[in-house]
Amino acid sequence: MTPAHSVGDELPPLEIPLTRTLIVAGAIASRDYQDVHHDADLAREKGSPDIFMNILTTNGLVGRYITDHFGPCAVLRKVAIRLGAPNYPGDVMRLTGRITELAAGEPVEATVRVTGDNGIGRHVTGMVTVTLPQKGGGGA
Amino acid sequence: MSGREHEGPGQESDALYAQLSAYEGRAAATAGRGKDPVNAPMIRHWCEAMGDTSAAYRGPDAIAPPTMLQAWTMGGLSGHTGGADRTDGADSPGRTDGAGGTGRTATYDEMFALLDGAGYTSVVATDCEQEYLRPLRPGDRITFDTVIESVSPRKTTKLGTGYFVTTRTDVRADGEPAGTHRFRILKYRPAQREQTEREQTERERTAPNHAAPNQVARNQAAAQEPPLRPRPVINRDNAGFWEGVAEHRLLIQRCTDCATLRLPWLPGCNACGGAEWDTVEASGEGTVFSHVVMHHPPFPAFSPAGEGGPYAVALVELAEGVRIVSNVIGVPYDKVRVGMPVRLEFLVTHPDLELPVFRSSEGG
Repeated sequence: MTPAHSVGDELPPLEIPLTRTLIVAGAIASRDYQDVHHDADLAREKGSPDIFMNILTTNGLVGRYITDHFGPCAVLRKVAIRLGAPNYPGDVMRLTGRITELAAGEPVEATVRVTGDNGIGRHVTGMVTVTLPQKGGGGA
Repeated sequence: MSGREHEGPGQESDALYAQLSAYEGRAAATAGRGKDPVNAPMIRHWCEAMGDTSAAYRGPDAIAPPTMLQAWTMGGLSGHTGGADRTDGADSPGRTDGAGGTGRTATYDEMFALLDGAGYTSVVATDCEQEYLRPLRPGDRITFDTVIESVSPRKTTKLGTGYFVTTRTDVRADGEPAGTHRFRILKYRPAQREQTEREQTERERTAPNHAAPNQVARNQAAAQEPPLRPRPVINRDNAGFWEGVAEHRLLIQRCTDCATLRLPWLPGCNACGGAEWDTVEASGEGTVFSHVVMHHPPFPAFSPAGEGGPYAVALVELAEGVRIVSNVIGVPYDKVRVGMPVRLEFLVTHPDLELPVFRSSEGG
């Protein structure tokens, strides 16, 4: 069921429009009520030009990017991300990924390096480890 | 005053790092409990926000998106209240939710108070490393422990200068290890604010007509502002005290069960645990029980002439027997002495801030 994968494979990029709604909805869905993620005035008071995406949303989007690609039977094992340029409203983040390691076995374990760039720079770099069941999809 | 102290975090920040590093290895949350068990509605809201349509998160065999791990531990809008043994409940405004839920320790609050007090009031998350040991399913009850793994020395970043704080949370589902979550935040003093403070320092050393034209209006407005004292944190547990101050009454809490007086205001009685209380108005008479003189760092808002010189902080014992920390006025800072009789007054430090202080009659 899962197509064969190789080290060096590039995942198709995913462009995510960074709407104000996405930033606020992501913050609230992750139960993060820090004002910098929903109140532009208070964000400015704290030195930010506008509200910005919280790290939990970025984490969720990175996870989604991986499982969108590998399918619902793929199981996330590790997600490690570091943030750089903030995701402000009105921008677009483009996620890209490349398989850097494949550990043989059943299931196969893949390590994917993920980057997300927005209009002002690199928002996120991350390493994701995911297991890819070869047959039957009963892995989860 | 040289103004050197305002050009950036100076010697005091080294001392701050020494203080902060003492928190490494200490618990930030112990036996924290997720406010809700893993549940389908929160999963659906998450998937809607993320645009995640994976079939794994829907239907009778649904699991929670693994990246929700931290979300189950968050205090949310009501903060980290609800722990059986906690009564403070107050969340500091700049705090991250990343490191705890209902089991958050006083240690963690203390460390954040240190940072807030030193001006590192803003917070931003920089790193998140999660490992998932088993899937979470609706119904799983979440518990967790968080430890403060490390604190960095002061770093200067684009956002401002600050300290990186790394925590590690072990998350359990129905008592079984479910995942680990390492989280790093930068607790910082915004660069914009530092710049404003530098500009103000420069203004103090420069005649106003030397300022750039577009800065004149702002600087003139600033020049009319007296140095500000920190604002009190007013919450439902102490609001009555400040309402009293506004009416020039110093109100002492009294337990209606055992009649023990208490000041500062607290939600319960330390003597008998009683939750009910009324108030007694202080007569205003008191004596200096103890005192210190603050020389450094200079804090112009507290010194009598506003120049940043030394000022006395006194623990005043009221005639009613309770004590209050305040300033002694009407006497030079080096003439304050233990046993000195003082009388309550209300000092307007700013149009919107009046404070109870104590005047000595010995100052002449």
